[in-house]
Amino acid sequence: MISYRPGPVSLLLALLVAAFLLLPLFAVVPVSFTPGRMLAMPTGQWSLRHYQTLINDPRWLESILLSLRIGIVTSLLSTVLAVTFGLAIWMFQPRFTALLVGFVILPMIVPPVVSAITLYFLLTTLSGLVPAIGYDTWLGVALAHTVMAVPFAAVMILVALSQVDRNIDLAARGLGASVWERATRVILPNIRFGVVTAALLSFILSWEEIGVTLFVTSVNAITLPRLMWMGLRDNIDPAVAALSVILILITLAVLILRAVVQYRRAPSDR
Amino acid sequence: MRGIGNNWKSAALMMAPLLLFLGLCYAIPFFGVARWSVTLPEPGLGQYAVLVSDPLVQSVFMRTFRICIAVTVVSVAAAYAISVVWVRGTPSQRIFVEFCILIPFWISVLTRAFGWVALLSNRGLINTWLQAIGVISQPLALVRNEFGVIVGMSHFLIPFAVFPIASAIRSLDERVLLAARGMGASRTRIFWTVFLPMTRAGIVGAALIVFVFALGFFVTPAILGGGRSVMIAELIYLRIFQSPDWGLGAAISVVLVVAVGALMAVVMRFVNPRRMV
Repeated sequence: MISYRPGPVSLLLALLVAAFLLLPLFAVVPVSFTPGRMLAMPTGQWSLRHYQTLINDPRWLESILLSLRIGIVTSLLSTVLAVTFGLAIWMFQPRFTALLVGFVILPMIVPPVVSAITLYFLLTTLSGLVPAIGYDTWLGVALAHTVMAVPFAAVMILVALSQVDRNIDLAARGLGASVWERATRVILPNIRFGVVTAALLSFILSWEEIGVTLFVTSVNAITLPRLMWMGLRDNIDPAVAALSVILILITLAVLILRAVVQYRRAPSDR
Repeated sequence: MRGIGNNWKSAALMMAPLLLFLGLCYAIPFFGVARWSVTLPEPGLGQYAVLVSDPLVQSVFMRTFRICIAVTVVSVAAAYAISVVWVRGTPSQRIFVEFCILIPFWISVLTRAFGWVALLSNRGLINTWLQAIGVISQPLALVRNEFGVIVGMSHFLIPFAVFPIASAIRSLDERVLLAARGMGASRTRIFWTVFLPMTRAGIVGAALIVFVFALGFFVTPAILGGGRSVMIAELIYLRIFQSPDWGLGAAISVVLVVAVGALMAVVMRFVNPRRMV
């Protein structure tokens, strides 16, 4: 029970910070309904033309489809790699666990721009060997995104595994289950929520990825964030505002859905 | 019990895919980049000499440092203010604050940077309104300068600072606060002499995390700095793609990794990663 509550000054300061956090998200809404071709502030006239641009201009649809494709490949690859690795760490507890996990989460710690130049090196080198997964190809981008997403997926899986009761695995082992049976029929069913979270997180990381994408694409593999970037850097395109509003709404819907699911799962927590 | 024994083959087989993948696609290419820094355009440490002598590079380093310090101060102070209510507020206050922290956290960095452009640019919401009500006659320069970069980066990094601070506040023993109140201390005095000092570890941890993240920032400064307030990460990008000088870009990357590595070593001393969440 908390009996020492924040006073009025604390509440006021927190409210200011909350406003600061939400302000830019609200700011895009009025801009997205302006009628002009350039970025402008609302003057009383409203229009849906920027939303129409998103539908009519094939570039937006193409980049959305490309980002979806890259996101799905990234998500599958990261999840499979993270699950096999996580299971090995959990089941066999190798001696150098800390070192191995440290190595795996490197792309998460190293500044993104350094990872970006590293992946630029990788993909330009690959271009000469296997052009299909080289620089500025969608498979190349998926490969680069997987490097960036897999540490997060691995952490998710390891966290999920840390909640599993070791006794059930010991029981399976005692009853003569093979490594494969233990992994697929005993442990995996117990971490399926973690696996789904890891897959979803990898997808979102890829879907939003811009830092690395800027380094490994130029004119062919234009993902959605890359197209947004172009609409922000050169000449600000208000269609970005319309897209931002849609993305914010999707995020809100998912967060609320997640909260509801969590509430249903553990109503006694609150 | 170490179960590895005769199962080492299974263990190796299961760990190999990810380790090989990251080894081939991340570790080895990084050494390739490091090699660029000492071979391009000619073998030797020439690029590192440029790093310490070139005034342009120096000014970018100084600006990065300055911006990172400002962002750290702003983010930690703001995160502290909101964490207090997130941990100790009434249930409805806590839900509201959690919502405010989580929503920006999940929204793309581009969307957020765009939101700030819409607010701060010359014809943005803030300048338009201030001019409409007659407070200013000329638009204020709020973006395409260091101010805009600091605002945008702080906005991005506040949620990251919240987690260590909130965990420090959560582990604070409430009876100490009640004792201070019982002995007649005012709210202000309790905050400065009891509350704040007892959450020092969280503040230091949050500051280091924010600073390390800020050092390598790319997208937000590039958009809100408008090409004028170039920071280290953008300099690397420009050296690779605009004035092809891969050696210098690579050398800056190596220096950045070393700096972040050193700072992370400090973080690990102050923050126990197991207690972060």
